[in-house]
Amino acid sequence: MSEYNFAYLDEQTKRMIRRAILKGLAIPGYQVPFASREMPMPYGWGTGGVQVSAATLTPDDTLKVIDQGADDTTNAISIRKFFQKTAGVNVTEKTAEASLIQTRHRIPEVTLREDQILVYQVPIPEPLRFLEPSEVETRKMHALEEYGLMHVKLYEDISKHGAIATSYAYPVRVEGRYVMDPSPIPKFDNPKMKMAAVQLFGAGREQRIYALPPYTEVISLDFEDYPFEASKADHACDLCGAENSYLDEVIINDQGGRIFVCSDTDFCTSRQDQTKEEAA
Amino acid sequence: MTQPLLDVRGIAKFYGARIGCADVSFDLWPGEVMGIVGESGSGKSTLLNCIAGHLEPDAGEVFFDTRVDGMKDTRLMSEPERRMLSRTDWAFVHQHARDGLRMSVSAGGNVGERLMAVGARHYGDIRARAIDWLGRVEISESRIDDRPTAFSGGMQQRLQIARNLVTGPRLVFMDEPTGGLDVSVQARLLDLLRSLVREMGLSAIIVTHDLAVVRLLADRLMVMKDGHVVEAGLTDQVLDDPQHAYTQLLVSSVLQV
Repeated sequence: MSEYNFAYLDEQTKRMIRRAILKGLAIPGYQVPFASREMPMPYGWGTGGVQVSAATLTPDDTLKVIDQGADDTTNAISIRKFFQKTAGVNVTEKTAEASLIQTRHRIPEVTLREDQILVYQVPIPEPLRFLEPSEVETRKMHALEEYGLMHVKLYEDISKHGAIATSYAYPVRVEGRYVMDPSPIPKFDNPKMKMAAVQLFGAGREQRIYALPPYTEVISLDFEDYPFEASKADHACDLCGAENSYLDEVIINDQGGRIFVCSDTDFCTSRQDQTKEEAA
Repeated sequence: MTQPLLDVRGIAKFYGARIGCADVSFDLWPGEVMGIVGESGSGKSTLLNCIAGHLEPDAGEVFFDTRVDGMKDTRLMSEPERRMLSRTDWAFVHQHARDGLRMSVSAGGNVGERLMAVGARHYGDIRARAIDWLGRVEISESRIDDRPTAFSGGMQQRLQIARNLVTGPRLVFMDEPTGGLDVSVQARLLDLLRSLVREMGLSAIIVTHDLAVVRLLADRLMVMKDGHVVEAGLTDQVLDDPQHAYTQLLVSSVLQV
């Protein structure tokens, strides 16, 4: 392990990131600027999340990395190997055994505990970005709590589609103050964000870190007559039979055959193993 | 009514050594429409932007009769307070509708934005009020989900007016509201503006270089030249019996058909 400092980044950089994380935790939902470093992977592959993980990891941690809920996708495997190589930490695919979980686009189905940390990879931290292109103006809007524009987006959804069609990166209001982009998790996961674990969000290209302390109130924005709905495919998992987990639709042949499976691979396999054990 | 709605005192704005506008004072009473005319570069728009808070004047005070605290200098207000004012009691109609509209948002969303900004959270209500206002500015209900990019220039301008008036402001700033529109569209827009102003008892400040516009809309008139007000008075009085040489020139320059 002599080739790398622990977890790749140098100690000064990690201190800088930790300071940003602490500030983020002190002001839930506020986007803290930080001096994002070049990482040995392209932007969009989780450079923000990786930096937050690197600054949070300790040698005793057990790391789990998921991408769209799966432990075995390219992005998840490469980040997991990256930390195995540069930090030498233990890795796992079991949600319950991990102390630090880096995720892209999902929150695990299993309820997280107080001794766990969930790190999100965030492509665009600014929820108002596509409504108001000026960063100067959006910062002012956050400072003055001018969030009417966020509802204009939802209004447009209803007028176009008859319902709020935003299905991921669904805007939330944190502790009645900041409007926050929860990263592109499906809106099915939004209600889970009030949780026991610490949630950290890192956006590498955009150079922003934000955070939610445990049990922070997170409310999904909506209209009185069009309330928020945590939607999922109306189906049960074809592998484990779960009816309450978020599903991926998988095409299995070129005859139009398709199945629905849990996007959380650990959740799905552990349920399948359980069923096998019970049968045996 | 014992006090004016707006009291402007000694507004001045300099661009380096050049004068934007200097030493402008006037008051505006509830329900009154003030016209500001003058040639290009005379400081009309600078003055309007200073009063509306888009530009920081170098000297002067702008008192507004707020609903809660009475007369208050808008320049000394905190920024949240001033921004709140500018989306509730004030409205600003830009010369180019594109500056005042969100071009990527539907007409209904454009009208509803100010409602949502002040806390409306019921989709049905917002939509009903948007439909009502589109009707008032003569835009068909069937166009509510179209984007302003699909609208003609005149329609865009009417949409901008609806978007501004939906929260029932008491003071409207208009910067050349009929600029760039052809005459028949202009006439309809003026007609519409006049009836809205009368119906809602709005106060308005209208900046224009078109004397016909102020003749039709304004109760009082200020004539500006080189950043100074050279003449002020009742509209008909100023236009029919101009005293200052520049006003005489301005009035006699209007083409007769």
